[in-house]
Amino acid sequence: MFEGVPLTWFLMIGAIMFFVGIYGFLVRKNLITILMSTELILNSVNINFVAFNKILYPDHLEGMFFTIFIIAVAAAEASVAIAIIINIYRRLVNIDVEKMNEMKY
Amino acid sequence: MIDFSYTSLILLIPMVIFVLLGLFGNRFKPLVSGIVGTAGLFVIWVLSLLTAYQYFFLSGKAADGTFQELLAVNIRWLTFSDKLHIDMGVLLDPISIMMLLVVTTVSFMVHIYSIGYMHGEKGFMRFFSFLSLFSFSMLGLVVATNIFQMYIFWELVGVSSYLLIGFYYTKDSAVAASKKAFIVTRFADLGFLVGILILSYTTGTFDFITLTGSESPAFTSGQGIWFMGLSTMTWSMIFIFIGGAGKSAMFPLHIWLPDAMEGPTPVSALIHAATMVVAGVYLVARLFPIYITTAPAALDVVMYVGAFSSIFAAIIACTQFDIKRVLAYSTMSQIGMMMFALGVSGYGGHEGLGFMASMFHLFTHAFFKSLLFLAAGAIIHAVHSNVMNEMGGLRKYLPITHATFLIACLSISGIPPLSGFFSKDEILAAGYEKGLLLYWVEMVVSGLTAFYMFRLYYSIFWGKPAHYHHTPQEAPKTMTITLMVLAAITLFAGFIPFSHFVSSDRVPFAAHLDLAIAIPAILVGLLGFTIATLFYRKETTIPEKIYRALGGFSHAAYHKFYIDEFYLFVTKKIIFNYISRPIAWFDRHIVDGAMNGLSYVTNEASFRIRRFQSGQLQQYALVFVSGVVFLALFFLYLWTR
Amino acid sequence: MTINQLMFAIFSAVIITFSILTVTSRRILRAATFLLFVLVATAGLYFLLQFNFLAAIQLTLYAGGIVVLIIFSILLTSHISEKMEPPGWKKVIPAFMAVLAGAIITISTILQYPFPQQVLADSSRTDIRAIARSLISTEKYGYALPFEVISILLLAAMVGAIILAKKRKD
Repeated sequence: MFEGVPLTWFLMIGAIMFFVGIYGFLVRKNLITILMSTELILNSVNINFVAFNKILYPDHLEGMFFTIFIIAVAAAEASVAIAIIINIYRRLVNIDVEKMNEMKY
Repeated sequence: MIDFSYTSLILLIPMVIFVLLGLFGNRFKPLVSGIVGTAGLFVIWVLSLLTAYQYFFLSGKAADGTFQELLAVNIRWLTFSDKLHIDMGVLLDPISIMMLLVVTTVSFMVHIYSIGYMHGEKGFMRFFSFLSLFSFSMLGLVVATNIFQMYIFWELVGVSSYLLIGFYYTKDSAVAASKKAFIVTRFADLGFLVGILILSYTTGTFDFITLTGSESPAFTSGQGIWFMGLSTMTWSMIFIFIGGAGKSAMFPLHIWLPDAMEGPTPVSALIHAATMVVAGVYLVARLFPIYITTAPAALDVVMYVGAFSSIFAAIIACTQFDIKRVLAYSTMSQIGMMMFALGVSGYGGHEGLGFMASMFHLFTHAFFKSLLFLAAGAIIHAVHSNVMNEMGGLRKYLPITHATFLIACLSISGIPPLSGFFSKDEILAAGYEKGLLLYWVEMVVSGLTAFYMFRLYYSIFWGKPAHYHHTPQEAPKTMTITLMVLAAITLFAGFIPFSHFVSSDRVPFAAHLDLAIAIPAILVGLLGFTIATLFYRKETTIPEKIYRALGGFSHAAYHKFYIDEFYLFVTKKIIFNYISRPIAWFDRHIVDGAMNGLSYVTNEASFRIRRFQSGQLQQYALVFVSGVVFLALFFLYLWTR
Repeated sequence: MTINQLMFAIFSAVIITFSILTVTSRRILRAATFLLFVLVATAGLYFLLQFNFLAAIQLTLYAGGIVVLIIFSILLTSHISEKMEPPGWKKVIPAFMAVLAGAIITISTILQYPFPQQVLADSSRTDIRAIARSLISTEKYGYALPFEVISILLLAAMVGAIILAKKRKD
């Protein structure tokens, strides 16, 4: 409970955002929209960490630091992903994920 | 007590020579293979003579004068249970040593002969290695200590025969003949195997000494169980006889023997005259105590089959024109007489006269029949033809062959003092004591034998010389030496007091020459000889008139009584159509179909499952997420400890 | 309802609405913008929880860095004026089922779990000095090592991205 807002509300927001992100990952066709859904997932996890930290362990800062690092890693990963997407675009002139199926049987 | 284990060399030497010549024969000159094979056989011939001398004269007899059965070597090979096991070894007793002598002597002669006869043939080395294989197999059969070892070597002999008959493998007729021989004998061996199984099941052992000893389990067990009117022992003995009848070319399993003449003549001499074809007789002789004590009905079967085969073959031999075919039918007839003699025999001392006569005739027949075949080979070698009609007046050109052939013909016709007379006389004596009808049948057979043998003799050596491409030359020394040696044996072997060595219960007895039997036998032989002289010495038309007079009968005899056609009909129309075709259909559609169906199902399944690896990222992710959700559901809510 | 609860309600409404719109929008640039709104609302949540430093980082990096990067790449690779095709039902139904099942399981687990119900003892603001000291200390609760490792990771990511996106000279 943090000043009237129970922990479970934070967690539910995180859960909903997480599953919306997964839905977007599974459904969207454009590679960049898939990347955006991945960012949604990462953010939901951040909210969870921060909520646990503030409400269950108010004297510590682990949750926050973890979140900082997650943000850093997400940034690195997004940049590399964009680089790959640009490469794919140069080769195939479209970035439809259904057309990228060469690693199959 | 003399140690007889050196007799294992008698088996090992030819086996080693077979392997050596088979693998390395090509590297040396052909003559080397011939010399090696012959030398090996010389060694084992001397060893057999040594064994015979030591056994018969030095240490073979037990205290009461009976010849013992000695196990020179016995190695356990396969054990099924405590009492049931297959050994490999050497059994020495009078008949096996007699067979050792016969086989090694004839084989040795044939080896020497083949060096001359097969000279220049492409497969010279192969021939000698097969001859060694055959010698090894036959010797192993003869000294077998248990019935399963005999069966193994039985099959080996069949294989060697197949290889040797089909030696000229480029000739279609030779290939067909070898297949026929192998299939017919193999089919008979099925009966043999069934007999072995019944016998060993009821008695619990394979060993000959146990089976034919005085407390044999064969005498006690198996008596109580009766099937269709015959006891199990009788059935097993009949089946075993079927196996022997196949190998010995008894009616109706004789069809392979005339065709087997497609092989080279030394092969005919060795295998189809002296050794392999007598394996059936030897088998019955080996199991004789069981036959006589527990299965007399089987002995009656042996007697009738033997008698019928002998007269059947004799009639056909009178109409054939190929000299080797005449000799083949003659062999079948003589073996019929041997079987007949075994069939009429009793057990013990003079009762077992038939047994002794059969073995004696086997002994003498081996020598004069192989002599006849080798002489025929010399004739064929000189004239390049097999057919009687294309020969004539050869006595001017082939003196040695002529003399030895004449000696053999006199012997087979039963003219004293040649060996054939003595052995045939004993058979007739045994037959007379048993019953009159078959005795007269065998007298007729003796007469016919003399007739067709001298028909053969006159057609080849007398009469107007035919038109030859080039003058016939006498055979080379390697061939004539063997002819002379075999003729010498034929002349003097009759004087061996055989009953002192070989008898049904291994107790020596004295057999007398009964003039009341001997005189009619000589007379009937002379009768056949005279008729043949009248018909064939000079060219006459009497034979053709008689042939036409007998009409359909002689025509049928010339066509061997259409037995071959009958077999072909049965196999082609009945077995192929009604048995082989459905089985082939079953194999192709159901067995193959099951396999194909299995692979088809696998293919289809894999084709469907392939979709999982579609390369679609989002499909993978979906499966991943679903799996995680399912696992979470399972472990959080459904997993109850 | 306290002010906290009200702020929380506004922020969470924004988050939920715009995240759903991000994943279902048919114009790609609008999806990026909606993502931006979600990230800003998340920063607001951090502010609510009095993690000011973290909220600043969120705004700077995520909203100001990553979303800009995404928009750049959108401009480089897509036809932004065209509407994207909606996904076929074959994709939507299984994905929706899986996601719904997962959401139900997660939320029911959250609601069932007995979280400790203590009242917050000290709701002081997070001290930037404490954060700084933690970032470079090597004792317990020190984050010097992850800090260095993150630096290397970022270096590797930079180098990798440059090489991947370089134009080949062929």
